[in-house]
This record gives sequence, C-alpha cells and structure tokens, in this order.
Amino acid sequence: MKAFKKLWRLIILSATLTVALCACGGDKAGDASSHITIGIPQDLSDSLDPHEALAAGTREILFNIYEGLVKPDSNGDLKPAVADEYSVSEDGLTYTFHLRKGVKFHNGKDVTADDVLYSIKRNADPDSTLANASAFSNVKEYKADGENIVITLNKKDGDFLQTMTIAIVPEGVNDLSTKPCGTGPYTFVSRSPQENIILKRFADYWGEKAYIEDVTLKICANADSITMDLLGGSVDFFARITASQALQLKDSNFNIEEGTMNLVQAMYLNNAVEPFNNEKVRQALCYAVDPKEIIDFAFDGKGTELGSSMFPAFGKYFVKEINDVYNTDIEKAKELLKEAGYENGFSFAIKVPSNYQPHIDTAQVIVEQLKKIGVTAEIKLVEWDSWLSDVYVGRDFEATVVGVDASTMTAKAMLERFTSDSSKNFVNFKSDAYDAAFKNAIDATDDAKATEYYKECEWILAREAANVYIQDLAEMVAINKNYTGYEFYPIYVLDIAKIKPAK
Amino acid sequence: MKYVLKKIGTLILTLLAVSALVFFAFSFIPASPALSKLGTEATAEKIAELNHQMGLDRPVLVRFGEWVAGIVHGDFGISYSYNTPVTQLLSEKIAVTMLLSVMAILITVILSFPLGIYVARKSDSKLDVFFTTVNQMIMSIPSFFSGILITLIFGLILHVFTPGAYVSYKRDFFKCMAYLIFPAFSIALPKISMVVKLLKDTALKEADKDYVRTAYSRGNRTKAVFYKHVLKNAIIPVITFLGMTFADIIAGSIIVEQVFGVPGLGRILLTSISGRDYPVVEAIILLLATAVVVSNLIVDLLYKKFDPRIHV
Repeated sequence: MKAFKKLWRLIILSATLTVALCACGGDKAGDASSHITIGIPQDLSDSLDPHEALAAGTREILFNIYEGLVKPDSNGDLKPAVADEYSVSEDGLTYTFHLRKGVKFHNGKDVTADDVLYSIKRNADPDSTLANASAFSNVKEYKADGENIVITLNKKDGDFLQTMTIAIVPEGVNDLSTKPCGTGPYTFVSRSPQENIILKRFADYWGEKAYIEDVTLKICANADSITMDLLGGSVDFFARITASQALQLKDSNFNIEEGTMNLVQAMYLNNAVEPFNNEKVRQALCYAVDPKEIIDFAFDGKGTELGSSMFPAFGKYFVKEINDVYNTDIEKAKELLKEAGYENGFSFAIKVPSNYQPHIDTAQVIVEQLKKIGVTAEIKLVEWDSWLSDVYVGRDFEATVVGVDASTMTAKAMLERFTSDSSKNFVNFKSDAYDAAFKNAIDATDDAKATEYYKECEWILAREAANVYIQDLAEMVAINKNYTGYEFYPIYVLDIAKIKPAK
Repeated sequence: MKYVLKKIGTLILTLLAVSALVFFAFSFIPASPALSKLGTEATAEKIAELNHQMGLDRPVLVRFGEWVAGIVHGDFGISYSYNTPVTQLLSEKIAVTMLLSVMAILITVILSFPLGIYVARKSDSKLDVFFTTVNQMIMSIPSFFSGILITLIFGLILHVFTPGAYVSYKRDFFKCMAYLIFPAFSIALPKISMVVKLLKDTALKEADKDYVRTAYSRGNRTKAVFYKHVLKNAIIPVITFLGMTFADIIAGSIIVEQVFGVPGLGRILLTSISGRDYPVVEAIILLLATAVVVSNLIVDLLYKKFDPRIHV
C-alpha cells in the first residue's frame, strides 16, 4: 500500500512536470527575419519533377525552386530569367535566347546550354509522355549556338514564349522527382510526407535574393484546424482561406489580403444530355441564376461576376460587357423554358466535389434560385477523385459547380477546352461558330486579330449559354503581421521570395 | 508450444485474407491512381498511358501475386505519390503513431489502476454516485471531441502548448513527447474510465466470493485481503480488456492525429485513400491488421501466465 501511494505521488509529480515543460516547449514561429511557416492545404503528392508535376498546388510551390528561360512577374508579364535577353525573328518563327552569365543550379553547377537543350528535349522529344509535350509540338528545331539557344517553329505562335517558362533542370540528374534541383531563389532541403517541406534561401541566386532564409511548408490537411493553427501561432501564412475563416481571424495578429483566385467558377452544364442539349434551357438557367446574390450571400460580397470563360487577370482578352448578356430575369427564364417545352420545369442533379466548400455553398444558393422558375436541382457531393473520373473524364453528369483555370496565361489554354473535338471539353459544348472562331484565332498572324477572334469565342460561349457563369472567386490570404510583401499573381503561384519581415 | 504454432498459423491466414480483401476492394472503387495523378490534365489516352507505366493494365491476379511475393521479401512496393519505397515512407509515420499509442496505453494504465482501486474501495461511501456519474460521462466523450476541447483549453486559452506545432521526434525527441502528451491524453481519457469501471466491478464481484470471507475469518485485515487476494483476481479481465483496446487505441490515434495535426499513420492513410495511392493504403491496412491479430495473441498468452488454470 505504501508503495502504491509513493508511486501515485510520483506519477502526479511527473505529470505536472511534463505539463510545465510543455509550456516552455512550444515550437512557435516567431523570429520573422529568418524563418516563416507557410501552411499549404495538401502535400505535393504528384511529383516534385517540374516537368511531371501537374497539380496546381505542386506547381505553385515549385515556382520558387525552378525557373525557365523566362518567367512571369506579378503582372503576368514574362521577364527574362535563366536567359538574360531574347529576340524573335521578323517572321516570328525563330526565337533566340541568350544565356545569363553566372546562373547556378542548386547543386552548385553552372547552367550550360546543354542543360537548356536537355530540358527542352525532355518535353519536345516526339515520344515524350510529359504533360507539356503538346505545347512543344510546334517546335521544329532547337540548338545551341555558343551562349545562345535558337528555337525554330513550324508556324507562327503568339503564345510560344509562355512555353519557355518551362523549368530548366540540370542534365544528368536522375532523382528530380524526389530531390528537386533548379535555379530559383529557394533550394529544396527535405520533405516528410504529409508533414512538411523545408526550403532554404539559395545563396548563389543570380537575381534579387529572397528575404527570408528558412521556409517550412507545413501541410495542413485538416481544413477545420487551419484557423486554430494560425491563431495558435504554428502557421504564419495561409493562402486561400474561406470567408468564414477570414472572419474568425478578425482582430487577431493576422492581416487578410485580398486578390482574385483567377479561375472561372460556373455551373458547368453537360451540353449533351437532356434537357441541357437545348440552348433555350441553358439560357433560361442563365437568366434565373443571379451571380450577385451568390456572391453577397455566400462570399460576403467578395468576388467578380463573370459572363464567359475568361477572368479579368487576362487583361486584353477579358470583355467586361459579356457579363450583361444575361441580367437576372425570372419572367424571361420562364418564357424560355416554355418555348423549350419545359413549362412545368424539370429536375436534375448538380455534382459538386465535396472538398471545395465555396463550390458547395454556391450550389446551395443556385438550388434556391432555380426553385423560382420551377426547376428542382439536387446537390450530390462526390469525392474529388470520383469527380475526376465520373464528371471530368467520364462526362457522366448533368451539372457541376467547379472553378476552371488555365494552365498557362494564354487565351488558348483557357478557350481550347470548348472546341468540339477537345479531349478536355467535359461539358460537351458543340458549336460550329465557336470552332471556326477558335481556328481563326490560332491561325491569325497578328496579335490584334487573334485577340479579336478569342473575344468572339467568349461571346459565343455566353450567347449560346455553354454554362451558367458565376464569378472569379476572391482569394483571401492570411499573413501574420510580422511579415509583409506578399504579391498576388494572375496565375497560380505562391512567390515566397517576395515575402519579407515587416520590421 | 503446439498452441502457439496453431495460433500463428491462423494469424497468417487472417492476414492473407485481409490483404486479399484490401487488394481487391480497390479494383472496385471508382477513380484510379493515374487519374488522381493527372487531375484535370486527364484524358482517356493519358490515363491509359500512365496505367501502362505503373503496370496497372495487367490482370489483377498477377498484380496481387507480385504484391504478396514482394511482401514476403519485405518489399511493399513504391508509393505512386511520393516515388519512394513504401517501407521508407511509412517507417517514420509508424514510429509516430506507435509513440502516441504506447503513450496513451501508459497513461491509461498509470492513471486508471490507482483510480480504479480508489473508487472500488470507496464504493460504499457517499462519493460513489459522484464517481460513477463522472466516470460515465468521460466514457461517453469520443476522443476526437475531447481532443478539440483540450486544444481549445490548453492550447488557445491557457497557452500550455501551440496547437499544430508538432515537432518531429527526429528533430527533438522531448519536444515531440511534450506535444504528444495532449493527443495521448485525449485518446486515453475514455479508456481510463472504462478500466476504472471494469476494475471496480470485478473487484466488488470478487469481494463477495467465498475465499474472501475465508481470508477475513483467518483474521486478515481489509487492506491486506483487498490487495493480496481480491485485486489479484480482479486484474485478469482488466488485462484482457487492455489487450483488446490496444488495437482500438491505434485506431483512435489515427483519428486524434487529425485533430492535433500529428503527421502519423492516420494522415497518410486518409490522403493515400483519396489520392488512390494503393501500395501505401494496402501496407497500412495490413499493418493495422497485424497489430490487432498480434495483440490478441499476446493477450491469450498473458492469460495463461496470470492464471495457470486456463488451458488454452
């Protein structure tokens, strides 16, 4: 019995001690000058090889490790990177890039013309299976000429420079999918799956060096605990938080910065199934759905209304007026339904990926709005992978609410999807006028003409009501007040090198 | 000895059945690893191509055979998502989850035995109703919920620890343990009250038995009878219970890991399922099944040790 009492005391004592020790042990992310912890919603689980990586979440991180001959700045303009200058021949067929002197890979080796050729070859090889292979199909020849890389095209392509943002990787390094080695402002240090990825400032970076030395990318897979992590101090920065999370962070030591997500959120309709194969029905839905109400109701008034598959960050390609093609008009919608023979309405299912709360919220408002014209919509939540297989690849759906973006900042990347024979045309949109306009845009020899035709494409998407367009979501970024300098990009990029200590 | 061999035989059969079940289950669920990797870049041709690269276009039986053969050699394949061998990928995660589970078991044992004995001895006092009520309440709180409460109270209000600031045991073992105390405690909480209840009930039942009366009549004092005779017999069912809960505790830790942001088996299991990273999922499930079967075996063997009358 005595022994028991003693043991009991010992236990209590040690328990108190541990708790006390924990108090001093918190791994707080404090010292802003040398370290930042950035929360990311998912691990980089496709590949760390920049030519293999496809997920937007992976590419936005690899942006800090790799660079192409040119790379986009925060306006979306392409600036020389591994090349210090480039020129295009008069006929637009020959591109000459001059290699910048003193650019080093993270393994310490200088970037040579051979590395550049190797990087191009990996993608441009006729039997390459990489995602970018199609972008390189127009390349006729590429060779080195001293310090210059000369690339010749089969036919003129106004968007070709975008292709040269492709990462330059060192020749002869075989484990890029697990150990990245690029020329960017940050070097890869280590990773622990589902835990974190550690980056370090690259001391030999050719350009303006990053401000913060050590970066921990912490995987915060549990969306419910993000605000807790932020408020508790274990995460300093989180991109793309929701409106309700932003609300919870009010009056805390976080600044909420606002930008745009740069995607087209819409209720995408399967144009091949009843009743959406009827243009009038689609138009009726466009008249019935009020994007403004959705934005006010579900997004705290933050978001940009869209009328077609194009968002404002695209600059010259974006046409604001398209948004006025359908101004909410319930009577008009009912009339159109009547003309289409659906006087008594109909019912359909909206499949929404269950891991994207903004899209679920949007779908819920749409369901209510459609009730007004006698249309019954039912939301079906599906897991992301099932969404990919059933909706996106299988095209087995009636309607879905998602955001669609472009892999590169080209109108082509955004609009090619809706040509009738595109393998990515998951909405089965089919319009001869559209196909013709798109072909004209691709074949156009001068940029102004091409832009004109791309705009025509956007108008067609709106007039023929390919989808019920809603908005470009607002992006809200939570950044600890110890840091500043975050810049939004028109593409999916998280530029860590620009973040700096506030003081 | 024969018994042990027989047990190990059924153990291997069980694991084989589990592995087959897991493997074939994945042939039926929608989506595929290739699709998951390609995301919105997916087209029918690209999926076929990637399937071919990953060898997924071969008959399922062939793949199953290869997989089992690999496991026999200690090779669980290569993760689709991380391009690294599954064994290497999981070794650190297993360590984290085991640390957490063992800690939870230790906390359970250390706290519940003295508490149980205390409650049993106070069973005829007025406090009994109070103890029973509190115990019943704690028992019914699921650990993920107590986890949230603990995070809220100790993390955000009292600032005893920083929620989400898990430090790998490789970097700093003591910091890691200090962090894991909290999730371990929330896993242990309902188990503690279960053990307390069990210990009390069995102790009271034993106390009514004839041998106890005999012991008293021999002139022993209450305390001596309690610790020497009653407790010794009351503890057997408790040990069975602890053995059985070990598997339960591992499962519990998988859930609680999510609440506390501990990157153990749970997190990687969930993401691997949604990312269709089959080699990883299969390895983890096989591992969990092994843990269950082995802990049951150990319980059986312990039984024999504590009570020689049991012939198994």
